[in-house]
Amino acid sequence: MKELVILSGKGGTGKTSLTAAFANLAPSLMLCDADVDAADLHLIMAPDIRQTHDFVGGNEAIIDPERCTACGTCRELCRFDAVGEKDGGFFVDPLNCEGCGVCVDLCPENAIDFPQKTCGQWFVADTRFGPMVHARLGIAEENSGRLVTLVREQARKRAREAHIDLILTDGPPGIGCPVIASMGQASAILIVTEPTVSGIHDMKRVADLAAHFRIPAMVCINKYDLNINQTEEIETIAREKNIGMAGKIPFDPVFTRAMIQVQTVLEYDENSPASRAVKEIWQAVTAHPAMKLERLM
Amino acid sequence: MIISIASGKGGTGKTTVAANLAASLAQPVTVLDCDVEEPNLHLFLHPDISGTEKVIAPVPEIDLEKCTLCRKCMEICRFNAIAVAGKTVVTFPELCHSCGGCFVICPEQAVTEKERVLGLVETGTGPVPDMKFAQGLLDIGQVMVPPVIRKVKTYRAQDPGITLIDAPPGTSCPVIAAMKDTDVVVLVTEPTPFGLNDLKLAVETVKLLGIPHGLIINRAGIGDDAVYAYAKNADIPILMEIPFDKEIAVAYSRGELIIGRRPEYKEKFQTLYQDICRLADPKKCAP
Repeated sequence: MKELVILSGKGGTGKTSLTAAFANLAPSLMLCDADVDAADLHLIMAPDIRQTHDFVGGNEAIIDPERCTACGTCRELCRFDAVGEKDGGFFVDPLNCEGCGVCVDLCPENAIDFPQKTCGQWFVADTRFGPMVHARLGIAEENSGRLVTLVREQARKRAREAHIDLILTDGPPGIGCPVIASMGQASAILIVTEPTVSGIHDMKRVADLAAHFRIPAMVCINKYDLNINQTEEIETIAREKNIGMAGKIPFDPVFTRAMIQVQTVLEYDENSPASRAVKEIWQAVTAHPAMKLERLM
Repeated sequence: MIISIASGKGGTGKTTVAANLAASLAQPVTVLDCDVEEPNLHLFLHPDISGTEKVIAPVPEIDLEKCTLCRKCMEICRFNAIAVAGKTVVTFPELCHSCGGCFVICPEQAVTEKERVLGLVETGTGPVPDMKFAQGLLDIGQVMVPPVIRKVKTYRAQDPGITLIDAPPGTSCPVIAAMKDTDVVVLVTEPTPFGLNDLKLAVETVKLLGIPHGLIINRAGIGDDAVYAYAKNADIPILMEIPFDKEIAVAYSRGELIIGRRPEYKEKFQTLYQDICRLADPKKCAP
């Protein structure tokens, strides 16, 4: 089984639109949305949700005022400034609480409860291109990395059960916790960048992250004709960093138009310049040694 | 007065707004790039970086001479960053949240804390007159983002000085770390289904924090009108619209400001600042 993870570093370069278009081109696949923080893939996939599960992501300290003697031990111990004082009593600010449980274990009065909390939900769905696993992290919650790991594990398990050989994962922006969780054990990553100073800067950081974890990387350039010089610079960087160039997509308003129609670019206009470029990129990606399916069809 | 520029969805124009607003203000301003995973503001403001500060977090080190293998450190650690294995203790610094539990609970004082570097804060000034600048830079492979953001925020200006924060995308802990304790949030979106979906999440986040907020619609004209209807229904003021303009997009690609290409925007950004001030507590506003 192979898994391709679409990343970018910088947000808004076209990860999700490209993932959706690829889904259109793969004969059989499992879709996975690993952007649990601001997921958008469902807006094109219109998934038919079959299962909904709670994501229990950690624990939260709650001080019981009945048992609390206001000794202040928890406040001294807390390194996250999560313990506040009000009207002579103490309380935990859930936005600051890291869930470390140090106050819970060391409260001399055993006055701090530590219930598990539901931090989000994850879903198993059917789409017109194949099954999909996606999730929604609760607002302001932590543990996005754990939810990403869970969603990817579920995608892998269900793909295996359904004899699906390919998982296509739409990744989150950045290079932090959820991105690291989305690339572990991936067959390859495809970095979607754009020929802008920000696009280049951020692509380099996500490429270095992939190298750090020894994941094979490819790059494609969206809106490449916006700035040809910068496009050439990206190609040079890709060569230097030993990243395969998967192709270039011209600036094409068809992406936004397709999104509004809840369609992939290929469904919207198969012959648009963007659609033609996406097809070439998909061929290049699937021909990459790290993505070749060993199974004889 | 601290103004956060945030969005939910990435790539909607947070950095564009932050950079142009900073460069348009007549007043002194402190600009903080809190998108420490992918900081881009420096590419548009070109500050002279004069200082760096390491962001460090304490992680445990076990003195096996003193350790009696009582496992208390392992039991208190909720992040699986310490394991007693046979006759030794193994630590996993990359999993450690630096809560200090192991250090406090060890009855033998066998746990000491050593420093782990999470990233860097770079500080500098100008070339925009009266501009102070700080940005966080998460080290490649590190996951502990909020401590780096909190360190960047220690460089904020004192009231009534103006601080502009370029926040990271999303709705989880890094965004909260950036937006918390700010006076007003400017949400930047684009008029597309993705932009709207993520804007709604961002609005929920800002409401949870109880911070006054307004909206900027960037690349106006590229998509549909749904975002306008949403803003009206949700009673969120639209502070500014930046129409889609290929010339602006090309200038952006080179790291140029809108106000460089379209000087009339300077006044618009100054007006934007006044409108942002009216949203926040006017007492905190620099004249």
